[in-house]
Amino acid sequence: MSDHAIPEIEGAVCPLPLVHSEHVLLGHGSGGKMTQDLIARLFLPQFDNPALRAGDDSAVVESINGARFAISTDSHVVWPLFFPGGDIGRLAVCGTVNDIAMMGAQPLYLTAGFILEEGLELSLLKRVVASMQVAAAEAGVDIVAGDTKVVQRGKGDGLYINTSGVGLLNPDIHIGGQYARPGDKIILSGPIGDHGIAVLAARGELGFETGLQSDIAPLNHLVAAMLKVSHNIHAMRDPTRGGLATALNEIARQSEVNILIYETAIPVRPAVGAACELLGFDPLYIANEGKLVAIVAPEDAGCVLTAMRNSEYGLEAVIIGEVCPSPSGRVLMRTALGSTRIIDTLAGEMLPRIC
Amino acid sequence: MKHLSEYRDPGLAMGLLADIHRTITRPWVVMEICGGQTYAIMRYGLDQLLPPEIELVHGPGCPVCVTSLELVDKALALASKPGVIFTSYGDMLRVPGSGRDLFSIRASSADVRVVYSPLDAVQIARQNPDKQVVFFAIGFETTAPANAMSVLSAHSLGLENYSVLVSHVRVPPAMHAILSSPRNRVQGFLAAGHVCTVMGYWEYEPIARQYKVPVVVTGFEPLDLLQGIQKTIHLLEEGRATVENAYPRLVTREGNRAAQNVINKIFIECDQKWRGIGLIPGSGWRLRSEYAHFDAEKRFSIDQVKPEESPECIAGQILQGIIKPHDCPGFGIQCTPEHPLGATMVSSEGACAAYYRYSRKTLVPTDQVGSG
Repeated sequence: MSDHAIPEIEGAVCPLPLVHSEHVLLGHGSGGKMTQDLIARLFLPQFDNPALRAGDDSAVVESINGARFAISTDSHVVWPLFFPGGDIGRLAVCGTVNDIAMMGAQPLYLTAGFILEEGLELSLLKRVVASMQVAAAEAGVDIVAGDTKVVQRGKGDGLYINTSGVGLLNPDIHIGGQYARPGDKIILSGPIGDHGIAVLAARGELGFETGLQSDIAPLNHLVAAMLKVSHNIHAMRDPTRGGLATALNEIARQSEVNILIYETAIPVRPAVGAACELLGFDPLYIANEGKLVAIVAPEDAGCVLTAMRNSEYGLEAVIIGEVCPSPSGRVLMRTALGSTRIIDTLAGEMLPRIC
Repeated sequence: MKHLSEYRDPGLAMGLLADIHRTITRPWVVMEICGGQTYAIMRYGLDQLLPPEIELVHGPGCPVCVTSLELVDKALALASKPGVIFTSYGDMLRVPGSGRDLFSIRASSADVRVVYSPLDAVQIARQNPDKQVVFFAIGFETTAPANAMSVLSAHSLGLENYSVLVSHVRVPPAMHAILSSPRNRVQGFLAAGHVCTVMGYWEYEPIARQYKVPVVVTGFEPLDLLQGIQKTIHLLEEGRATVENAYPRLVTREGNRAAQNVINKIFIECDQKWRGIGLIPGSGWRLRSEYAHFDAEKRFSIDQVKPEESPECIAGQILQGIIKPHDCPGFGIQCTPEHPLGATMVSSEGACAAYYRYSRKTLVPTDQVGSG
């Protein structure tokens, strides 16, 4: 620094740093760093307990007699309410089912809370609820309790749904973000980015059509098939908001390891790749709702991969990388050209590039 | 993806790299003008594959980085006005003004909308006749034709509720400023392919002659960049200061005449202030007087803004290629994409953001990341 004087033309200038925002910004809901920051600074200090602090997709708790449960909750505010491949109802069921399944637990019961805007068509609500039941039946869970609130016209976006769920966790299963070990293989259940781009296209803001379907699916049967063949699945995530990049970063940080993935191994459908090129997005950060990424001991990677490929929602599963010994908690990618770059957590909202 | 994967072919890339390694005999400093090029270099890790003799430095070609703080503050003032729909390219939303950004203005109930094209902003104006729609018309020669078209379109539609906040910058005057600085280290340029698509490259010929630097028009895919670097190194090694075109699939010497005509119809050259660099004579465009009624600064009374910059950020030196992002003591510590100290950390085309996302310099050595 000292070698470099201020340039003659005018001098270095810079805006003052932005102080931490005093308002909630959309980026706080991105699932990326701003969301994590909000949790760490605002929620965790108030609610602090070991189950919450683990920071996984669902919390694992024990009952007095030693039974273990996974509990999770998820709110859904997607717009539009219906899009190619799914709707807010299917999303609400699968979101919570998948969060529970990612701990290796068997989802059993869900609750559903509906926040309805005055004026919403009942026929539309009926379609959403029917879709929820189809998804619940597919997952093999019952929706056993619910709540309904109505807000004045203009104070909601038609319909918001919250679901909470509970699943039973076998005492022998210990899956969590902190258990990734050097040498483990990273398995992805299929192509990334379908959901995010399908929803974006359904909003009609892209100016082009994609023909893409959202990948929304309950993944608990896929997880059960994986657990049947291996007791060495160390961590799992469903890469929803923030995408695969953010999910892998969470695991790398929790386990204090590096994760190396191979660009050429990561499946991306041509339509997703093309939409991302046009908009300046990276598919690694686009949301998925029917994919999982698993960190598996190397000796079991083959049999887990085979089990996944024999399951309806894992037909296109592939190994995309491995866990490396380093405490830095980073995700790195070997590019097609052979160079290596950092894959960071999503910062806030994704911004389209200007040109 | 047809027409993209061809330009990322690892085999062809290796061929170009081998030629660059064979050709180079001594150190050279090469500036890539455009932030899009910086982004691609970091994203594909090209810097790791080039011979150590080549030092790539980053130019001022990041439109949101160089838009003056005063203009950002004016945008914030306009966006806060009742009855205004403020429209902008997405990148601009997180650029800090004197204490706030468009994101936080939007959170406190201003109507700020991201558009992909200024013509979308014209459309919003048509759909909202009771509102005033302002578009933040920033950027280099690349965005100028579309920004100009929006004014032309609003003019022919007779729209009285559309206006633009203009802050346009041009590459050639910035190259003059960089090359005439006594601190200049740049020996060759990769000219920005998309700017040249619009303007052609005849403007660079006198610059190459005057300062005796080779200029190679270069694209944005890995093979485009490697070919641009290859040509530049050949010219440097041969001691030839000429302009060459390594992006002929899009760029001609004369450029896109139709686009230039639209620019010239709407805009006229003016002095422009560049954030982090200062005033560069003749480096901008403003609206011609015939279209002055589309000027948001004239349409609205904007309270005198008093931009406050802090000396902590060295973005100005980075934008001139004097130092590199990781030389900044704040890099990755106080200054991150979530809490940028300077605009170079905000945009995906900003040099600091590209370094932070993809390399960070403290990148774990490749020998620690497995055999690959």
